[in-house]
Amino acid sequence: MTGKPTRRVIPIQREVGDGLDSRERATVAAACGRLKAEAGSLLPVLHAVQSALGHVPKAAVPMIAGELNLSVAEVHGVISFYHYFRTTPAGRHVVHVCRAEACQAVGATALEAHAKRLLGIDYHGTTADGAVSLEPVYCLGNCALGPSVMVDERLVGRVTTGRFDELMSDCRAPAESS
Amino acid sequence: MSHDSTAHSSPPVTLHVPRDAAALSVGAEATAHALLTEARRRGISINLIRNGSRGMLSFEPLVEVSTPAGRVAYGPVTAADVPGLFEAGFLHGRPHPLAHGRTEEMDYFKQQERLTFARVGLTDPRSLEDYLAHRGYRGLTHALALDPAAIVETISASGLRGRGGAAFPAGIKWKTVLGAPAAQKYVVCNADEGDSGTFSDRMLMEGDPFVLIEGMTIAGLATGATRGYIYLRWEYPDARVALEAAIASAMAAGYLGADILGSGRRFDLEVRMGAGAYICGEETSLLESLEGKRGQVRFKPPLPALKGLFGQPTVINNVITLASVPIIMDRGADYYQHFGLGRSRGTLPLQLAGNIKRGGLVEKAFGITLRELLYDYGGGSLSGRPIRAVQVGGPLGAYLPESQFDTPIDYEAFTAVGGMLGHGGIVVFDDTVDMGTQARYAMEFCATESCGKCTPCRIGSTRGVEVIDRLLAGHRDQEHLLRDLCDTLTHGSLCALGGLTPYPVLSALNHFPEDFLRSVPPDAAPPGAAQPGAAQPAAAAPA
Repeated sequence: MTGKPTRRVIPIQREVGDGLDSRERATVAAACGRLKAEAGSLLPVLHAVQSALGHVPKAAVPMIAGELNLSVAEVHGVISFYHYFRTTPAGRHVVHVCRAEACQAVGATALEAHAKRLLGIDYHGTTADGAVSLEPVYCLGNCALGPSVMVDERLVGRVTTGRFDELMSDCRAPAESS
Repeated sequence: MSHDSTAHSSPPVTLHVPRDAAALSVGAEATAHALLTEARRRGISINLIRNGSRGMLSFEPLVEVSTPAGRVAYGPVTAADVPGLFEAGFLHGRPHPLAHGRTEEMDYFKQQERLTFARVGLTDPRSLEDYLAHRGYRGLTHALALDPAAIVETISASGLRGRGGAAFPAGIKWKTVLGAPAAQKYVVCNADEGDSGTFSDRMLMEGDPFVLIEGMTIAGLATGATRGYIYLRWEYPDARVALEAAIASAMAAGYLGADILGSGRRFDLEVRMGAGAYICGEETSLLESLEGKRGQVRFKPPLPALKGLFGQPTVINNVITLASVPIIMDRGADYYQHFGLGRSRGTLPLQLAGNIKRGGLVEKAFGITLRELLYDYGGGSLSGRPIRAVQVGGPLGAYLPESQFDTPIDYEAFTAVGGMLGHGGIVVFDDTVDMGTQARYAMEFCATESCGKCTPCRIGSTRGVEVIDRLLAGHRDQEHLLRDLCDTLTHGSLCALGGLTPYPVLSALNHFPEDFLRSVPPDAAPPGAAQPGAAQPAAAAPA
C-alpha cells in the first residue's frame, strides 16, 4: 500500500458532450431527462433529438449512452441499424422518394432518376444550397396513388416529373425563416 | 351573386372531406379550404367534417354532401372544381359531371362487406361521440361483463386469424398469454405496415383510431395485460396524430387508464415510433426495437406469448386483427365467422395498388377471386394495357400470372398456388414490366432490409443479386445456382424475410422465364469473370 510511485492518469475519454454546441447539448439533455425513465427509451430519445436538430450528432452518442446507462456501442449500433436516423445534418427539407413495387408499377424508377438528375445528388446527399436532402424510402402507404414522395412530413401522390419539379422549386425557394 | 335564398334560412349543410393521408396527397386540404372560402364568399354556412377515406382512392379528394336522401359523393374534386360545384347546386345533391350519386350505392362500395372498416369514412375520427353513436365501445362493454376465458373463447370461436400475414389463430395466441402467470403482461400492436401495396392499417388508424384502441383494451382484459404499445412506422405521421388524439379522448372519458368505465380494470396505451426498418414488422424484431435495441430477430422459442416484451407474456397482433375484435365482441363470434370460407373466416380488407385504374380498399369476405378484384373493382390497369402480373402479399409475396387470377382470396388457396395472401396487398403490373428486374429488386430489398442475424439472409441476399445479374447478362448456367441459393434461403433463414424472398424471385423465374433469357450468352467469358461488370447488360460485353 505504501511507497508506490504516484501515477499520472491520462484520460482516454473526452468530456461527455464535447463537440456539441450549447443548444445541441441542451436538446440532448432535455430529451434524455424527459424520456429516460420510460422502458426502452432509446428510440424515443433518438427521435426527439433528430426531430429537434435534424440529425443525431455523433458527439451526442456518448452523452445519450451515459444518460441511459448504455454503452456507446449500443447507442451507435441502434442509430446505424435504422435507416431513418442520420448522423449528418440534413438539408432544410428532407425528400423521401418511394422505391417500392407499387410505385415502380407506375413509373417510380424514372422518377428516382429524374430526382437525382434534377437535384444533382444521389441518395443520402444534400444539394449544394443546403435546401434538399434526398432519401429513398420503402413504401409510404400510398400505393394506389403512386408514384409517391414525402416532403418533410407531407405525403404527395401521383407525382409526375413536372409535379416533382414544382415541389422542389418550393423547397429551394429562398426567404424561408428557419 | 345568385345567392340561394333558402340556404340562409335552412341549417348548415354538412360536408365531408377526408383527412386521410392518401386523400391529402392528392390535394384534399386545398379542396377543403376552397369549400370553406367559396361558402363564405357566397354567404352560405356549411359544416365541414374531416372524415377518414371511404377507400375509393381514385375518386379522392372525395367530397360528400349530406342530403335528406343520404350522403352524395363528388370526386375527384380539386380546389378549381369547387366554384362550379356550388353553381350546380351540389349542396342539394344536384347533378354535376363529378357526381356519383349516393356514396353507399356506388359500384365500388355497395357490394363490400365492411365489418372492420364499418366506420372508416363514415365518422369523424376525432370524435368519441361519433364513435359511440356508431356502435363504438359496445364490444368493450360486453367484454367487461365476461371473464377473461370467455372473451378468449369468443375470439377463438370467431375464427379470427392474424391479419398481418402469418394468419395464426388469434384465440390461441391470447389463450397462451392468459395462461402465462406474470406480474406484468403487454399488448403490442404491430403497426409497422411495411409491405408495398398495403395501406389498410394506415387507413384504419387515420379513419377510425378508436376501434383499434377498443380492440387493444379488450385484448388487455382478455389476457390480464395492463399496458399496451402501438409500434407505428415513422412513414405514417398522420396516423400518429390521429391515434394520439384518440388516446387522449379515450383517456379523458375513462375508456383507458386506471379504472376502465368504473370496472377497476386498468389499461394504459402509448404510441411508439419506428425508424425505417422493414424487418421491424417481424414480431420479435419489433419487440427488440420497442425495448430500444437494434431490430434483430429473436430465436423462437420462447414464443412472445410467453416471453415477449421485456421478457414478459405479450399479445402481439397486427392493426387489422386487433381492430376486428370489437365487432366480434359486439355482434358475437357466429356473426363474424359466418363470413368467409374454409379455415379463412370473416373478412379481409384488400388493397388494390400499383398500376390499377381504380385503386383502393375493398373489404370482402374471403372467397372473392383475384380476377373479380382486378377487373370488377379495379377496372383493369391504369395505363390501359393488359395486366401481366400481380404481386400479392407484399415484397415477399409471389408474382402471379394471368392464369392464376381465378384463385380465391383464401389463405390455403394461395398457399396451394405457391403464393401467400399476407396482409392483403395486391400490386398490379402491366405488360411493360420486366420480371427479371423485379426478381433482382426482391433480392436487393432483402439485402437492404436484412437484420443481419442469420447467414442465409444476410449473405444470401447479396449473392442473390449477383447471381441474378449474371443470369440476366446471359449466363444461363446461373439459374441452377439461383435455385440452389433460394433453397438455402427458404430452409435456412431465421424469419420470413430471408425465408420468403424466394417467393417473388422464383415465381418470376417460373412464370415469366422469357424475361430472364433476353440477353445473348457471352460465350467467351466464364461466369465468374463477368462479376465486376455484372450490372451491365450483355450488350456491353465484348462480342
